[in-house]
Amino acid sequence: MNQFAVMMNEKGNIAVDDTLLIKDVPATAGSRILEGFTPLFSAEAVERLQQKGYTVAGKTHVGEFGLDLVGEFSYYAPQSGALQGAAASAVAAGDVKAALGVDMNGAPRRAAALAGVDFLKPTYGTVSRYGVISCAASGEQVGVYGKDAKNVAELMAVIAGHDPKDGTSLKNETYDYTLADVQGKKVALVTDLLQKADEATRAKVLAFADELKAAGVEVVEIDCDLFALANTAWQILMCAETCNNVSRYDGVKYGHRAADYKNIDELYVNTRTEGFNFLTKAVILYGSDVLSKHRYKDCYDKSLRVRRVVSEAIDRLFGQYDALLTPAAFAASFDAYEVKDAFGKVFAQSECTAVANLIGIPALACHGVQLLGKAFDDALLLSLAAAVEKKGE
Amino acid sequence: MKYELVMGLETHVELSTESKIFCSCGGHSAANEPNDCVCPACSGMPGMLPVMNKRVVELAVTAGLMLNCDINRYTTFDKKNYYYPDLPCAYQITQINHPICTNGLVTVKTSQGARDIRIKQIHMEEDAGKLVHSGNSSYVDFNRTSVPLIEIVTQPDFRSAEEVVTYLNKLKAMFRSGGISECEEGAMRCDVNISVRPEGSEEFGVRTEIKNMSSFEAIEKAIQYESQRHMDALEFDTEELVQETRRYDDASGKTFAMRNKETEADYRYFPDANLMPIVIDDEWLERIKADKPVAVDEKAEEYMAAGISQKEIDVLLSDGKISKLLDDTVALGCDRKDSATWILTDCAGVLSKAGKTFADGVVTAEKLSAIIKMVADGTINRNAGKKVLIAVVEQGAEPVAYCKEQGLDRKVDASAIEGVIDGVLAANPKAVEDFKAGKVKAMGALFGACMKELKGAGDPAVIKQLLEQKLAQ
Ligand SMILES: [Zn+2]
Repeated sequence: MNQFAVMMNEKGNIAVDDTLLIKDVPATAGSRILEGFTPLFSAEAVERLQQKGYTVAGKTHVGEFGLDLVGEFSYYAPQSGALQGAAASAVAAGDVKAALGVDMNGAPRRAAALAGVDFLKPTYGTVSRYGVISCAASGEQVGVYGKDAKNVAELMAVIAGHDPKDGTSLKNETYDYTLADVQGKKVALVTDLLQKADEATRAKVLAFADELKAAGVEVVEIDCDLFALANTAWQILMCAETCNNVSRYDGVKYGHRAADYKNIDELYVNTRTEGFNFLTKAVILYGSDVLSKHRYKDCYDKSLRVRRVVSEAIDRLFGQYDALLTPAAFAASFDAYEVKDAFGKVFAQSECTAVANLIGIPALACHGVQLLGKAFDDALLLSLAAAVEKKGE
Repeated sequence: MKYELVMGLETHVELSTESKIFCSCGGHSAANEPNDCVCPACSGMPGMLPVMNKRVVELAVTAGLMLNCDINRYTTFDKKNYYYPDLPCAYQITQINHPICTNGLVTVKTSQGARDIRIKQIHMEEDAGKLVHSGNSSYVDFNRTSVPLIEIVTQPDFRSAEEVVTYLNKLKAMFRSGGISECEEGAMRCDVNISVRPEGSEEFGVRTEIKNMSSFEAIEKAIQYESQRHMDALEFDTEELVQETRRYDDASGKTFAMRNKETEADYRYFPDANLMPIVIDDEWLERIKADKPVAVDEKAEEYMAAGISQKEIDVLLSDGKISKLLDDTVALGCDRKDSATWILTDCAGVLSKAGKTFADGVVTAEKLSAIIKMVADGTINRNAGKKVLIAVVEQGAEPVAYCKEQGLDRKVDASAIEGVIDGVLAANPKAVEDFKAGKVKAMGALFGACMKELKGAGDPAVIKQLLEQKLAQ
């Protein structure tokens, strides 16, 4: 598979997922609806890396709007055989040192887990979302794929910090990603999720737990039934926000426009029918439904309340533990499948990842597993991963 | 049967800010070409995020203070979803759940007396762009997208078209004097909710809404037509009234039902996650209060106390620049009532003759007060004062210097006046003869000739006295 949607510089040391904009470089978010769209400015995260001397090798393929499992449903690079994410594979192959991605529903974390590289979805508000082809504003965040935790920390230190162009960007100018000693830290292994995972995944999680123990970390097993609840709430919010944010792709201003239409309604319908894949359409329909008058209170509004409840409950957990250890997905690998089955498949796998999008906490995919921390504990998650890497050396 | 008209208003007012509500584009009113005043944000490109323009919050709060509203310290934005090509994101950012101002009150005085109109809420939102149709094609112009608006929603407290128009005039006067909006043509747009019920009834009748009118004249006519339509339906069963949205057609003077599709739309409102809630703390609120101009009502009372007529007050308060000129002139030591007459009669007349307006700023408080003071202390007479004003407007003259140059100053010494009188008497022997023969009228002709010669300079009483002395000799 060719990982790059657009190759920019053979000698570049980073890749950028096609959900992020680079000035004058075509950007599509893997969707036909944005075919031919060329942005007038670069994403803040890209800009900051370029200012520090990083060079972009190219734009990597993503699944349409980052809605799928790992990037399998790009209009420009459909996958067959065992699925893999483009940016994660490029990092794993050593084509680039690191890559930027947008974690909106766990796809980059799952892709990193498959490829055996790291991906950090940082604490919400620490990295500017300026220049992200946005879907679910309240939970998406720009993150970093790296070969190891040190790599991720290096890029995070560059891209994180306040950006006045993003109203959700927090005020801190910088954040500390220094890797620290993790001896004596306490990590909780979530057994509910472990039991749902396949054997290979379970083995990875347990091996990781052993490595942590070997590095002087205390690991305890806990039951936690919040993940399924958090997932349902996030899928509702994510569908609603995505439905709304992709409404602007109507064939009027830029991107794909249907050749055949007699009036404005046909222009909209034909353009969007041709421009979106089945998964995006499903998300639009669900999103539209949960925002409708008769469903709003029971679906959307209730999900906002669940978000608060889950946030408080997770906060209480972090009063006892420094981090949670879970699988990044229930399966250690995925075979190609039909797009009409995508919504259900993504929904099921997101049970591991959605809580971080829902309440904004940091989540790190590493060594095929996932670590969750409390807000602003991104460096602690990276330190735990680094401790295991050191043991493995 | 007698009927009572019940109306509520939703008024959209475009705010006078330098830039749009969520981006830094500015000056859309001066844009010459379509899409001159757009950026990736206000044209709906992916990747751009809305950034709140704080000035919009301040102007909305000022409007709320002027309309005696509660200012909500926690205010949020929501998205209103609908597809239309002039709406680049396919949603409008507005306020549904936590509007910035609620629960206000404004008193409207008409020929029928005073009525309190309750303000339900004021919220901030962005404007849409517009479509330009040409032949078989339509084009979008985003110059107006994201221009800040406030929408003022009243309770159904209006009982006549006169009250509605008076209320709108009052808003206009307040917003102009408060620097909130220039309220130019099209910058104020109204939706009127209207129903009719038998007088004395407590229940509301079937309500219709007439959308998007900007001329006050049209609003008045639309209300008259629509209320008559309701009354005819109730009285004569001419038709069955249904709750619906209508538009007013100026050409025919009638209202027409709009397509149901538009009225039954579900806008799927939900919170905008890109805009954090705005918290207005005490310090910020105090700063806005300190900047708020004196309320129009207080000002009207001040003017009334100075003996200025209601009609004059209405004109003064209809334009912030006129009332400011008056206030500044008074601040420079002139009488309020006298200054008001100068401004409303003399300045208004001279300016309009010269094809200028108060906004041009040629008549400054400094110049006007200089003229008024010279007239008041007898340096020049009222007519000469008017001449100076004309010179100020037409040539940008400095009043004091101009009077000296033109010899308008009455305080010319007596010997100069005497010289002029001698010359006049010498040039008009016939009139002198007539006077001496007992024709008193001849005195008037000689006085006139002296005045003409003096070009308005000199005190008429002194001139007359000297002339009489000379003739008696
Ligand atoms: Zn703009």
